[in-house]
Amino acid sequence: MKDILEKLDERRANARLGGGTKRIDAQHARGKLTARERIELLLDKGSFEEFDTFVQHRCSDFGMENTKVPGDGVVTGWGTINGRTVFVFAKDFTVFGGSLSETHAAKITKIQDMALKMRAPIIGLFDAGGARIQEGVAALGGYGEVFRRNVIASGVIPQISVIMGPCAGGDVYSPAMTDFIFMVRDTSYMFVTGPDVVKTVTNETVTAEELGGAKVHTTKSSVADGAWDNDLEALLQVRRLMDFLPANNTEGSPAWPSFDAEDRVEMSLDTLVPDNPNKPYDMKELITKVVDEGDFFEIQESYAKNIVTGFARIEGRSVGIVANQPMVLAGVLDSDASRKAARFVRFCDAFNIPIVTFVDVPGFLPGTAQEYGGLIKHGAKLLFAYSQATVPLVTIITRKAFGGAYDVMASKHVGADVNYAWPTAQIAVMGAKGAVEIIFRQDIGDAEKIAARTQEYEERFLSPFVAAERGYIDEVIMPHGTRRRIARALAMLAEKKAEQPWKKHDNLPL
Amino acid sequence: MFDKILIANRGEIACRVIKTARRMGIKTVAVFSDADKDALHVEMADEAVHLGPPAAAQSYLLIDKIVAACKATGAQAVHPGYGFLSERAAFPEALAAAGVTFIGPNPKAIEAMGDKIESKKFANAAKVSTVPGYLGVIEDPAHAVTIADEIGYPVMIKASAGGGGKGMRIAYSADEVAEGFARAKSEAASSFGDDRVFVEKFIVDPRHIEIQVLGDKHGNVIYLGERECSIQRRNQKVIEEAPSPLLDEATRRKMGEQACALARAVGYDSAGTVEFVAGQDRSFFFLEMNTRLQVEHPVTEMITGIDLVEQMIRVAAGEKLSISQEDVKLNGWAVESRVYAEDPTRNFMPSTGRLVSYRPPAEGQTGDVTVRNDTGVYEGGEISIYYDPMIAKLVTHAPTRLEAIDAQARALDAFAIEGIRHNIPFLSALMAHDRWKSGRLSTGFIAEEFPEGFRPIAPEGETAHLMAAVAAAIDHKLNLRKRGISGQMRAAAPVTFETDRVVMLGDQRFDVSVEDMAYATVVRFGEGHHHEVSSGWRPGEPVWQGTIDGAEVALQVRPLLNGVALSHAGAATQARVYTKREAELAALMPEKVAADTGKFLLCPMPGLVKSIAVKEGQEVKAGEALCIVEAMKMENVLRAEKDATVAKVLAKEGDSLAVDAVIIEFK
Repeated sequence: MKDILEKLDERRANARLGGGTKRIDAQHARGKLTARERIELLLDKGSFEEFDTFVQHRCSDFGMENTKVPGDGVVTGWGTINGRTVFVFAKDFTVFGGSLSETHAAKITKIQDMALKMRAPIIGLFDAGGARIQEGVAALGGYGEVFRRNVIASGVIPQISVIMGPCAGGDVYSPAMTDFIFMVRDTSYMFVTGPDVVKTVTNETVTAEELGGAKVHTTKSSVADGAWDNDLEALLQVRRLMDFLPANNTEGSPAWPSFDAEDRVEMSLDTLVPDNPNKPYDMKELITKVVDEGDFFEIQESYAKNIVTGFARIEGRSVGIVANQPMVLAGVLDSDASRKAARFVRFCDAFNIPIVTFVDVPGFLPGTAQEYGGLIKHGAKLLFAYSQATVPLVTIITRKAFGGAYDVMASKHVGADVNYAWPTAQIAVMGAKGAVEIIFRQDIGDAEKIAARTQEYEERFLSPFVAAERGYIDEVIMPHGTRRRIARALAMLAEKKAEQPWKKHDNLPL
Repeated sequence: MFDKILIANRGEIACRVIKTARRMGIKTVAVFSDADKDALHVEMADEAVHLGPPAAAQSYLLIDKIVAACKATGAQAVHPGYGFLSERAAFPEALAAAGVTFIGPNPKAIEAMGDKIESKKFANAAKVSTVPGYLGVIEDPAHAVTIADEIGYPVMIKASAGGGGKGMRIAYSADEVAEGFARAKSEAASSFGDDRVFVEKFIVDPRHIEIQVLGDKHGNVIYLGERECSIQRRNQKVIEEAPSPLLDEATRRKMGEQACALARAVGYDSAGTVEFVAGQDRSFFFLEMNTRLQVEHPVTEMITGIDLVEQMIRVAAGEKLSISQEDVKLNGWAVESRVYAEDPTRNFMPSTGRLVSYRPPAEGQTGDVTVRNDTGVYEGGEISIYYDPMIAKLVTHAPTRLEAIDAQARALDAFAIEGIRHNIPFLSALMAHDRWKSGRLSTGFIAEEFPEGFRPIAPEGETAHLMAAVAAAIDHKLNLRKRGISGQMRAAAPVTFETDRVVMLGDQRFDVSVEDMAYATVVRFGEGHHHEVSSGWRPGEPVWQGTIDGAEVALQVRPLLNGVALSHAGAATQARVYTKREAELAALMPEKVAADTGKFLLCPMPGLVKSIAVKEGQEVKAGEALCIVEAMKMENVLRAEKDATVAKVLAKEGDSLAVDAVIIEFK
């Protein structure tokens, strides 16, 4: 008996070595950790239960029958993050370059099925070379099985992808269908076709980093939701993110004891909005001063910075934050910002995370670049997302809320529950100059008249009170009491029940 | 006594005057520019009168408007504070014509002492010892060189109307005199509207010691001891103390008596300061007399217990001094730090903007230590580009010099400012400096001790252990909370976490174990070395205050990715607390190389481009002037850091630039 037990130990030890010490050293030399080291960092100590340790591929072409490694290039299983169950798979670059075979795919789909059944999040750590070419269509079939399960689980359990090495070809589409993609700077890249193929097909010379590095995907393509400097930093931050996320779409936002008083007053917010309406201010100051302990986990921090999205907590419970950022492009809504915020709003709504929206928006960005780029449809995505949301929605207008963008940014009309405005709010179709030039076109030549009309318009419309008179704004509040107002509104909305009529699914303007 | 006074100033000094007036039952009127309409002094005063646009020349320097404000509000007297109109004889004259009392000396005294050349003549007459120099008006660079040759080098070139270091230059050669003369002249003209400059002998290793005098309208003059202000950066005072560690009782009396003699000679009838330059041998020479309340007056107040503003108001109202020279007793030691909005790591470039956080340490007396913070700002307020970038004056008083320094260090550690760059890290480093602690000072102290400028140092020894202990205690608190998250798999058996941790302070590693006791969190470093850490600190607070092994300690804490940035006692570090395994794997992580910004000349502060000295294609040598950026009324010359060729000039004269804007690209 003891003999047999020892044999198991031996087999396990062998499996844990993956592609062997040489390849592990090479992985380390590249500044990367191995699949098992990554899982160790991601999960609570000793909580990982590995599945399918001994799975091997069944390919017998091109001499593959002679090279079999237990685990077949992916480590799968489950464990906990701060005591909460998560399922995890990690591509093992030391085994066949992490390439996907039929059996490798089967290991992943097994975990996907379990995660969905158990209604627990799934985290994939990517570091692989794509399909195992020797297997041909069997590998492609495997990808398809993974993709379909990503879609079935979408909106039911959070799915997180961390790109920690190469991720190319078929490998990119599974992450692409998950909720969040994070990357590691300098050691990861993601593209459908690599530099060599690009060169052959288009004659374009480009490096892997330029084509699909973390910088490209966090600033230009918006494929990635964030990037960190190394494996350790990334995995610790994913742990931090998981503390904000519910396990599934019925559990509700997680909570923990807050060290912060719900009625904390921030006098400095009274001077946040400058007197000059053309002067920017940092919306992130408002966010960090209002949320618990100033702790804000930003999503897509480097992309479309004119809108800010991310997770925070109020009274210990997670909320999603969406805020126009006057520091960048005056906080205008353009195609990129609309898409960024729409996707975030839909994530929060899918997982019952209440949304707090801070509004200072001068409107939609004009111009051919925007119109040709489909601003109408991209803007509609954000409008659609808010209108469709049934989670608690609390909106604070700090300054400008102009035109259609006023409607879009979680206004009362699209279904927000509690709408507050600061006394500095200006809720109108447009700013004074433009409005006066249209309404009083006949006076344009007369500077004195225009000045008088402008003042008249400013007094009447550039305030929160016209909206408040109509009940579009529930109350005009003091900036310093914003945290308490939001906390109380969210507490009141905790049991909110709103339902959409039955439909097969909606038809979001893609 | 007056019923109502107007304060013709702004910022901390206006607030400070208002406090005393209020205590005396006098109503106060503030004045303000457009930039100050939400300022603290406006809020504190009973009434406020608007003067004009932000620029001082269009607001705080407008005598007519201030006289009109007095009439409109019925203010019977005006306190000028320091700077602005405080030393302009025309101001008290205009007030007198309008029947308003000036809370300061008579205009004749101002005139006599305000001009550095005139004042020296008076000093000579009053037998006050003076520095060799030339007292006439200097016509041109050549004349300046001739004079300098006669006096002997090094010499100092100064603006006649100046003060506070502006328009002041030291020259070691004839060439430098010629160049410095022109620069001093133009700076004097732009800063004071008076381009006269003079030249005098420069004393090597000098110390700056000044005597506070107080006179009344009945011919009484007393002195209230000295202040030493030797810790200066480019002739701007940074740290002041009273008394001076240099003086003995005999020298103090000699200086005091000379100061009083000078004050009497000019009929001085308010609070004033006679500045001396002192040699290390306690020789001293008259520098100038400041006919106003000094910025650093609080240190004198702390050791004498005399409220100088109150005395100024009383003597202005005609009261006789109620204090005689025998009544003046110096008690304990006071140290003052000037907290400035400037970046000590970027050659002290001014920083402007919103005070996102402003949390000064608690004021008041604890045991025999007193903390006082004179300020004119508040959290959410603005440090504007229009005025002096001083944020606050932090003063500590204790029975001995070292105790006062310790208290100052603690108070600086508890002073949280965010949103702008500030010099607190530098002030903390000064407080921890051995040469400062031992009192071996000179006005060259900063230049000598920080020749490469200021860089926060990594913590060492006991400071490092203390910071590691706090990092571990913070991490422990957060770990405990994580166990309380909802939705755990087995809520009845919460996940355990390792209490053996590795604290990384930058590259320094500390293996610790953390244990919660009823009285404290105990952090063990092995070999019996441990710290007992206790604090009511809550995540999100910028200052960690608590006790370590029973002693009061404060640290600055800022969240970082997976860690905290800590600073304490002039040392700063990034702390990350890992499990043993995390630390093992952290060691495998590659070091990131910071991007090379050497290819660009970046604008170090928000400012206006005054001139650009180079053209595209031009080769420049390290140290060569590239362009001048004006900020805070100061012209900052930006120089090449290394030999290079200019590829592109991306800014032009008159451009208003943000911090880090690219001005020049090099090849």
